[in-house]
Amino acid sequence: MTLVEQSAADLLKQLAAGELTSRELTQAYLDQIEQHDARVGAFLRVNAEAALKQADTIDRRRGAGEQIGVLGGLPVAVKDLLCQTGEPTTCASRMLEDFRPPYDSTVVAKLKAADAVLLGRTNMDEFAMGGSTENSAFQPTRNPWDLERSPGGSSGGAAACVAAGMAPLSIGTDTGGSIRQPSAFCGVVGMKPTYGRVSRYGLVAFASSLDQAGPISGTVADTALLLQAIAGHDPRDSTSLNAPTPDYTADVDKPLEGLRLGVVKEHFGEGLDPEVDSAVRAAIAAYEAQGAKIVELSLPHSRFAVATYYVIAPCEASSNLARYDGAHYGRRTEERAMLASLQAERKAAQEAGDADALDNIDTALVRMYRQSRSEAIGPEVKRRIMLGAYALSAGYYDAYYLKALKVRRLIRQDFDQAFEKVDMIVGPTTAGPANKLGEFADDPLGMYLLDLYTVSANLAGLPAMSLPCGATKSGMPIGLQLHAPPLEESRLLRAARMFEQSGVWKSKRCAL
Amino acid sequence: MYTTVIGLEVHVQLATKSKLFCGCSTAYGAEPNTQTCPVCIGMPGSLPVMNEEAVALAIETGLALNLQIAKFTKWDRKQYFYPDLPKGYQISQYDLPITHDGWLEIEDPKGAFEPKKIRILRAHLEEDAGKSLHDESAGKGDTLIDLNRTGTPLLEIVSEPDLRSSAEAKAYLTELRLLLTYLGVSDCNMQEGSLRVDANVNLHIPSDAAANDDNAQDGKIATPIVEIKNMNSFRAVERAIDYEADRQYREWKETGRRLGQSPKQTRGWDDAAGVTRAQRSKEESSDYRYFPDPDLAPVVISAEVVAKVRERLIELPADLRKRLVADYGLSLYDADVIVNQGRPTVDYYLTVADGSGDAKSSANWLTQDVLRTLKNRELAIEEFSIPAERLSNFVKKIGAGELPSARGREVFELMADDGLEVDAAMDKLGIAQVDDSEIESLCQELLDANPKVVADVQGGKQQAIGALIGQAKKKNPNIDPGKFRATCLALIAKG
Ligand SMILES: [Zn+2]
Repeated sequence: MTLVEQSAADLLKQLAAGELTSRELTQAYLDQIEQHDARVGAFLRVNAEAALKQADTIDRRRGAGEQIGVLGGLPVAVKDLLCQTGEPTTCASRMLEDFRPPYDSTVVAKLKAADAVLLGRTNMDEFAMGGSTENSAFQPTRNPWDLERSPGGSSGGAAACVAAGMAPLSIGTDTGGSIRQPSAFCGVVGMKPTYGRVSRYGLVAFASSLDQAGPISGTVADTALLLQAIAGHDPRDSTSLNAPTPDYTADVDKPLEGLRLGVVKEHFGEGLDPEVDSAVRAAIAAYEAQGAKIVELSLPHSRFAVATYYVIAPCEASSNLARYDGAHYGRRTEERAMLASLQAERKAAQEAGDADALDNIDTALVRMYRQSRSEAIGPEVKRRIMLGAYALSAGYYDAYYLKALKVRRLIRQDFDQAFEKVDMIVGPTTAGPANKLGEFADDPLGMYLLDLYTVSANLAGLPAMSLPCGATKSGMPIGLQLHAPPLEESRLLRAARMFEQSGVWKSKRCAL
Repeated sequence: MYTTVIGLEVHVQLATKSKLFCGCSTAYGAEPNTQTCPVCIGMPGSLPVMNEEAVALAIETGLALNLQIAKFTKWDRKQYFYPDLPKGYQISQYDLPITHDGWLEIEDPKGAFEPKKIRILRAHLEEDAGKSLHDESAGKGDTLIDLNRTGTPLLEIVSEPDLRSSAEAKAYLTELRLLLTYLGVSDCNMQEGSLRVDANVNLHIPSDAAANDDNAQDGKIATPIVEIKNMNSFRAVERAIDYEADRQYREWKETGRRLGQSPKQTRGWDDAAGVTRAQRSKEESSDYRYFPDPDLAPVVISAEVVAKVRERLIELPADLRKRLVADYGLSLYDADVIVNQGRPTVDYYLTVADGSGDAKSSANWLTQDVLRTLKNRELAIEEFSIPAERLSNFVKKIGAGELPSARGREVFELMADDGLEVDAAMDKLGIAQVDDSEIESLCQELLDANPKVVADVQGGKQQAIGALIGQAKKKNPNIDPGKFRATCLALIAKG
């Protein structure tokens, strides 16, 4: 088995034993990227020099007998949405093409403190809006299992790089399923922790009340390892939970006794791909075989989840993205040309004696905002900003935003009631396998439905994860999704590990 | 004729060391953009964290203004695009302000209006915006942004439209500023922008048209409300209100337009020209799209927190005035003069009055001589060369007749100039107490030399003694004229 096919946990053992240096390992991944990423497009930027330098430092420190952090020299890829000092943090948007944060996000700071080697920045849908990573302003990412297909989104680059053996571990963010859905499409393990478990400080906001960073990796144990490194309370994030961080890595191999598993009837309705249906049912049977009790449940408000999500997320996005105004951040339109055209418009209106038109021409400031945003923001992001601005505007607020908040509470209540009866909920991550690239080019609503099974966890703030549980006849991965009550990441990981060990499905890296 | 109806919105900068949602300094006057961090300039990914001290200062102000303190409050985003607003929204409080429904009593010691309670609708916390600096010097017309002020905590205090004249508005602002500076919650420096005022003004005009107007009350119709912005002194507020009342009356006579027939208008005050000017309708139309800030948890304010803040609440100006009138026998006018000077002057007065045992005389020396000296020398009371204990001895000496009041001012001035104790000053001026036998012999000597005066007094013209006082003072400058007069009269009566 080559280095890049091994699990992070195995590599860490070799690093700790001195059988492998971080430099050798980092170089192996850099080679893999060099060889394959031109076709996959998972990375927006790879800083080989900085990564190798960091690896050397860790090797030297280990050689000197110093204490090394929990990630002990393992390479980690980071979604291009988490601020890193001095590194471009573009959110795959032209707007932030030249943005170099003067500070580290808490996640990046924790990765550095855990002695991870920061490999590079992964591609995503612009500002994390989209379900296919085709909405990146710079490049699409392709699914390593089938280059004609999408890797999912918005953390498509983060999932694809792990699937393609270009990084053992990567950080994604999940606002409506953006870690779990691409993990399912790429056949890797991905977790959205409880809202507030991982700090949002330095995570460029899409929808603040839903965004959550989380780990993506090849195995459940590796997911536990990466979560261990990034979880914890952060006083700089008021929404961060002040709860102790359990030892995920120590607990992950302990099976759960007398597990009560909830199966939600709404997850198996119309629209579910038959191959996904049978793979998920096989997974449920594997749990049953290990002594789990299966309980049929209903989450009656889950059918409103996508609609609710597509009111709340755009509302918050319209506000969070207002700062990209051309005055303070990101791209400003070419002012000289803008002022000249403004003057020409004024002159034309004056000559035509059209007072109304004259009155309607922007001031220079308004035109600067309008034109800068218009030029630098992509169509999907614009669509959501407009949706949000509309839903928050006077006269519509109660009907949309406030109503959505009420439904959001009902969705959470459904889960609270369900978790009185079961320890965990199990079902599909997505309704089908990865779609073809370009499939949703003219069908934004179709793309929104990709989030059908994943958005509820974000609306309810629950931890949830996706792990591979099968493949279609054509060889595309199928994901199994687990939901747990708040702060029960440990339970999720242990249950996921139980499935992994059942032998029903052996996940593998794809061959490129 | 018509009634002017005024409501004021006062923005007060709270005296916290750091900003409302980050640790940056709030000190005034630093180089542009040196007091900023990723949080207050709204850098992508940054998050706000609430400043507990700002919340405590808001509660303290709320208690002093008789406001209800919310048990549950939250933060909302107020969205608009402006170059000095880096996030594209301001974090403020919309429907659940931290304090609401209170009042401030205003009273005019000269009696220009009856004492009245001005209701306060709410006082909520919000962050300040930055400052645009227009650089036209190089002929470029560039606008530069200074974000030092961005995120500074403000308390917006909104009154009900209970004020009825510019004089009442000024009294309200004066009393509010006094109260806030007493509490120390703000320095209220208008030049530095620590206190800013917007006024909502309209008129209630008696009219026959009131009969079929939904907005009319007591036979009066209301003119459309105008918000006046950009006033940078209390004087400007007074002038702007008076101007605006007159302008609205003229406009009403011309157009007959009433409340409800046109939207609320925003006008700016041009202090140099002394007029309000309409702002472009585009600039005033606003849909702020408020919604709860998802980055900040709602705030639950417990009874313990309120009790803790209440403990640090000090005696307020209105209570001090009442105490000076009731316990020290001062006129409301004198009490007002002393209290309006601020707490250090009140403390100075209390020391002088308590030490000398003569409250009235202490007030006279303070409100006349002390304040005049301070004003001439541009000093604060804390810097004054006569400490309160020393003035107390001085007043006591005059009261006991040990220092002739006629020479009091000389002594006072020497004390102020040379920083002397009262005894030392009297020594230096050669003021010695004259004993009774000495006065008696001087009286006898002068009466003997002036038989006409004696005859005049005996004939009933007591004021004739006056002619001797000048001579007596020449012979002994320490003679107390009153005592001299009384002794002479007694000697003449004895025969
Ligand atoms: Zn700051």
